[in-house]
Amino acid sequence: MGSVNNNPQSWGRYPTVKSSQVIPVFWRDELPDLASFDKSILPYGYGRSYGDSCLNDGGVSVDVSRLKNFIAFDEEQGLLRCEAGVSLAEVLEMSVPRGWFVPVTPGTKFVTVGGAIANDVHGKNHHRAGTFGRHVTRFELLRSNGEHLICSPSENAELFRATIGGLGLTGIILWAEFRLKPITNPYIDMESIRFDSLDEFMTLSAESDKDFEYTVSWVDLLIGGPGLCRGKFMRGNNNHSRELATKPLKKRRLPLAVPIDFPSFVLNTYTVKAFNELYYHVQREKFVSKVVSYEPFFYPLDAIHTWNRMYGRKGFFQYQFVVPFETGHDAMRDILRRIQRSGEGSFLTVLKQFGTLKSPGMLSFPRPGLTLALDFTNNGQKTMQLMNDLDHIVEQSNGVVYPAKDARMSPEMFQKFYPQWKEFEQYIDPQFSSSFWRRVTEGASIPTI
Amino acid sequence: MKVVIIGASSAIAHETAKCFARDGADLFLVGRSDEKLAVVADDLRVRGAKNVTTHVQDVADLDSHEDLLQQAITVLGGMDVLYIAHGTLSDQQKSERSVAETLKELNTNGLSVISLLTIAANYFEQQRHGCIAVISSVAGDRGRKSNYVYGTAKAAVSTFLQGLRNRLASSGVTVVTVKPGFVATPMTAHLKQGPLFADAQKVGEGIYNAIQKKKDIVYLPGFWRVIMFVIKSIPEGIFKKLPL
Repeated sequence: MGSVNNNPQSWGRYPTVKSSQVIPVFWRDELPDLASFDKSILPYGYGRSYGDSCLNDGGVSVDVSRLKNFIAFDEEQGLLRCEAGVSLAEVLEMSVPRGWFVPVTPGTKFVTVGGAIANDVHGKNHHRAGTFGRHVTRFELLRSNGEHLICSPSENAELFRATIGGLGLTGIILWAEFRLKPITNPYIDMESIRFDSLDEFMTLSAESDKDFEYTVSWVDLLIGGPGLCRGKFMRGNNNHSRELATKPLKKRRLPLAVPIDFPSFVLNTYTVKAFNELYYHVQREKFVSKVVSYEPFFYPLDAIHTWNRMYGRKGFFQYQFVVPFETGHDAMRDILRRIQRSGEGSFLTVLKQFGTLKSPGMLSFPRPGLTLALDFTNNGQKTMQLMNDLDHIVEQSNGVVYPAKDARMSPEMFQKFYPQWKEFEQYIDPQFSSSFWRRVTEGASIPTI
Repeated sequence: MKVVIIGASSAIAHETAKCFARDGADLFLVGRSDEKLAVVADDLRVRGAKNVTTHVQDVADLDSHEDLLQQAITVLGGMDVLYIAHGTLSDQQKSERSVAETLKELNTNGLSVISLLTIAANYFEQQRHGCIAVISSVAGDRGRKSNYVYGTAKAAVSTFLQGLRNRLASSGVTVVTVKPGFVATPMTAHLKQGPLFADAQKVGEGIYNAIQKKKDIVYLPGFWRVIMFVIKSIPEGIFKKLPL
């Protein structure tokens, strides 16, 4: 687990946890007596959330990352039951050779199944498959009073809905059962198309979503100009060739690990501009089509261990929002202009259209519209101000910001974005809390940089 | 492949077992807890193990060993690998105050291993193929004040394995002595975790590789070989004054 000063940290490494007691769990039937803790509790997986939704400063972090046993796999139906600490990487290692894939995956496979549920993660196929929560059939939730509750759409249904996207606040998920998706082989028929304006992106997106299971775009925002942005639109489908099913998959080594924290000036507007120029032009033809294995298609960044260190010790912010289609174009224009004015470079900018499939999760983030995910190096007050301004634009456009990635949203904004938070609050376990929840509901002071 | 694992619910053994499961092996798992063995067995079945049988037995009971190994061989229809991974981390202070405690630790970590090996050696020698792998420890390389009761048991095991390796070499049987350093497992969870602590998964997989490659003595992770070389080279006159 990522830890600094032996405390659990999050992927963006902001805010840093000053003190948190870590209690590891090794066996799902040997659990600590949660009622005996005098501090608040929150489960902790691999700490791949960017902000403070996985942190519990001053409280107890129950480390469930060692609960990584598979329990049962129904190979006829593709129904997998496993402990909540199993990573999507381990699921894939087991399932892909047998012709099954995870139904929804975020940009990294190093997240726990419990974390995938608690953040109701989404991926490149949101327009076809919705969020992870839609594929969960049931799970066992441990509450602080010792109750073990099986939750499903028909049993403890409200708790089921609250836990999906519930950021770990409703209890500890011990194991979960979810449907995998059948595949013929581990390869993806991929196409990559360069685009030179937001409008071109919108056209590509509209026509691609019909025929392609997976779509996502990398975007260069700093280019400015009338087109507002340029980028590469990637779309793909599972390959169906039976011959490729037997071709052995080249196991990708993880030789690259960022060994030290880069000094914070390394990722700045100029280097980002230079990277953007390179990356945009690396693909020389406008249209490229090839067959790739699932690893580089879904998990390009997983090839670089600890890539978060490139942002330096002060860490970075991940900002993701969605704006509805009706207001989308104008909102994007305003947002892109505001970012360009700030001089803050976003290194890994991802743009996608969400579909209409509704998640069962109460606090679920994805909804129909355009979603943009941005990384900002922590440059102090300047960066905070930029994100606060973006919040306003998003809010005025009837959009919302993604809480699972957030580290600084104000209580006022959170409560505007998620008015259902009051309904959700009833399902929070009375002994559970997180740095995130305290920040957005009690208005606890946002840590200074 | 037919694999017998003693101490199968231990973190390191489970990781090694996952590798065998991936190969579709038949497994006979021995441990003290029915529930834990069941959890491990389910996990290994999902990962690909063809047949998994669990058997509850506390191997500190030396009289149980003959029947235990016989049953394993009967159930599996043979034995290709015997992997001994059980053990406890002795409480050094407690042992110092009590002869009974010391002898109990030596029994669990030393004699019980030697007893199993004595029986198994004859089986493997007759069969003329297979592998015996045992988790010893760097602690057995040199006695030091913080854990010499544990170290003694492991030293005995390491030496016994050396002799066994010599004896069985002409029979084509591999004997692997595994010497891990600090590993992050439930057994060491109460200790202060430092940068030297290795991941159970890495160590478990390292043991699987050592078995496949028919190694003799493996230090896991490899850097412990260097560390222990240095430790073993320190003259006794100096070592006795060190706070290790």
